[in-house]
Amino acid sequence: MKIVVCIKQVPDTTDIKVDPETGTLKRETAGTVMNPFDMYAVEEGLRIKEKIGGTVSVLTMGPPMAKEIIKVAIGMGVDEGYLLTDPKLAGSDTWATSYALSKAIQKIGFDIVLFGKQAIDGDTAQVGPSTAEYLDIPCITWVKKIREINEKEIIAERMMEDGVDVVKSPLPVALTVVKEINEPRLESLKGKMRAKKYEPITMDLAAIGGDETKVGLKYSPTRVKQTWSAKREPGKAEMLTGEPDEIAEKLLNKLKELGCLK
Amino acid sequence: MVDKNEYKGVWVFAEQRRGQLHNVSFELLGKGRELADKLQTELSAVLLGYNIKSKAQELIAHGADKVYLVDNEKLKDFNDEIYAKVLADIAQQYKPEIILAGATAVGRAFIPRVSIRLNAGLTADCTAFELDLQERNLYQIRPAFGGSLMAKIITPERRPQMATARYKVFKPLPADNSRKGEIIEPQIKEDSFKTRAQFIEFIEEVETTINISEADIIVSGGRGIGSKENFKLVKDLAEAIGGAVGASRAAVDSGWISYSHQVGQTGKTVCPRIYIACGISGAVQHLAGMQSSDIIIAINKDPDAPIFSVAKFGIVGDLFQILPAITEKLKKR
Ligand SMILES: Cc1cc2nc3c(=O)[nH]c(=O)nc-3n(C[C@H](O)[C@H](O)[C@H](O)COP(=O)(O)OP(=O)(O)OC[C@H]3O[C@@H](n4cnc5c(N)ncnc54)[C@H](O)[C@@H]3O)c2cc1C
Ligand SMILES: Nc1ncnc2c1ncn2[C@@H]1O[C@H](COP(=O)(O)O)[C@@H](O)[C@H]1O
Repeated sequence: MKIVVCIKQVPDTTDIKVDPETGTLKRETAGTVMNPFDMYAVEEGLRIKEKIGGTVSVLTMGPPMAKEIIKVAIGMGVDEGYLLTDPKLAGSDTWATSYALSKAIQKIGFDIVLFGKQAIDGDTAQVGPSTAEYLDIPCITWVKKIREINEKEIIAERMMEDGVDVVKSPLPVALTVVKEINEPRLESLKGKMRAKKYEPITMDLAAIGGDETKVGLKYSPTRVKQTWSAKREPGKAEMLTGEPDEIAEKLLNKLKELGCLK
Repeated sequence: MVDKNEYKGVWVFAEQRRGQLHNVSFELLGKGRELADKLQTELSAVLLGYNIKSKAQELIAHGADKVYLVDNEKLKDFNDEIYAKVLADIAQQYKPEIILAGATAVGRAFIPRVSIRLNAGLTADCTAFELDLQERNLYQIRPAFGGSLMAKIITPERRPQMATARYKVFKPLPADNSRKGEIIEPQIKEDSFKTRAQFIEFIEEVETTINISEADIIVSGGRGIGSKENFKLVKDLAEAIGGAVGASRAAVDSGWISYSHQVGQTGKTVCPRIYIACGISGAVQHLAGMQSSDIIIAINKDPDAPIFSVAKFGIVGDLFQILPAITEKLKKR
């Protein structure tokens, strides 16, 4: 059983700073972490292995420093880590990223491919299902529970807005997981020791047999035309003051004026 | 490179679950109507399902000129593979220039597959659309980085231009039942109905509370509430005003209320008419889930709390005095 977990390095949102001049993200100042949702994917990969055996590999596409998150996954207990890195891949949108990841996953070999629900930088949630389409396998998104799994098939519960859809799929399959699915384990002492010395298997575009005209900024279908900071100006709020009773009265009158209350 | 002139018309994917159309479809038809008029082209809805012919007229009443209808037993329950193949199949035949779908659990699951099949770009979770009429480019505007950054995305070279859009952002047009439209039932390749994954069953959310993603009014509590018992103050106000109960992650992590109530980046994204934040500081991750609400009311004892920067009405004070006062006043009305 070959389990591949796609993990992404993202800026640590607890200290995101936006350049007030350009409205772009100050990436230099932001620390980086493994995308929080991907921790659940790694954990689920390890649990599947514990249940039915196999190997768990993590795969990340990014600059060389993305190695750091592979080390975290090694610390948690995965068997091996692949770093897909190539200047040609820079600026890839989800369409191009999914293509590159699918080529790498084919190279690694797979029965189950796991993704986080979404990456917290782009927030798109598109890479999982898109990669599955390139791989021509089913994808069960928003998985909150694996009911049953064996070498041949899986039954999973997926979180929809109105409840849960239960889906059965043969392997190979792709899953995107939500945080309800498990509680990710911490890095073990033994794992951390291994991580310290661990060197991930590095691949470039040529190594995965990728087509140059399907990746990178130049060949991505979507373009970011402009970005700006979404911070609203402080002090715009109308402050309601007085004793609690007066405040309550004022608030209800305001809402009435706005037609929100009868 | 594609010949952009071959692609015409604005499409909205009309999402249905168990035969009920999702409100986002009407909202997108409202926006789609405006885009189509500016582009001087037609607005169409794509309706996939089983025994749903009767719903086509609803879509026309809300602004569609045409409805592409595929009524097939295989489309009864949502199936990513089949939905993706069928939608891509119709798009390949009729070549729209824009396809919009709701950024719902359904839309975000299968639209990415369609975009790969069509070799088209896709922008997720948009909150605004504008047009460059010269190039017929759709400006797809969306929040990123948990809402701290806004981005304007274009798909300059390829068609169709595809986007999912957040619900409760666009306004539906009032239904006009006298509107006439055309219903087209396209030929679908047999292969498009083939699937490997199978839908087994649907389990309705057991939670009896109002689903916060759908609520018009939300009263949310944060760490400032202080304890599980005190959360009653939030629940009482929610009940008095006819709203649902939300929470910050700090409140959920403290075990005062269950995760299904969490609003924010790792919780639900909500967009009610009124959002009352009680004892919530307004961390970017929380704002990410609620800042597009119509009217935000912040109650916090710290006048510098960032939540006030997104609020329309601010109340600096002790929530233990203010919440009961509002609840009391509401009950007396
Ligand atoms: C990757 C990641 C994802 C996250 N996702 C989410 C998410 O989805 N949703 C979310 O909410 N958070 C999320 N967070 C956490 C977020 O950063 C904040 O920690 C959290 O929102 C804080 O919750 P809070 O405002 O309730 O608590 P605090 O920040 O502690 O604020 C409590 C507020 O209550 C006020 N207060 C205290 N007592 C009173 C009183 N008696 N009367 C009036 N006011 C009072 C205080 O002045 C303070 O402003 C995430 C964090 C990370 C790193
Ligand atoms: N560069 C990347 N390398 C590896 N995995 C990725 C990458 N980008 C996205 N993913 C995976 O796809 C999921 C969804 O990401 P996104 O579509 O960007 O929101 C993430 O949770 C990861 O599992």
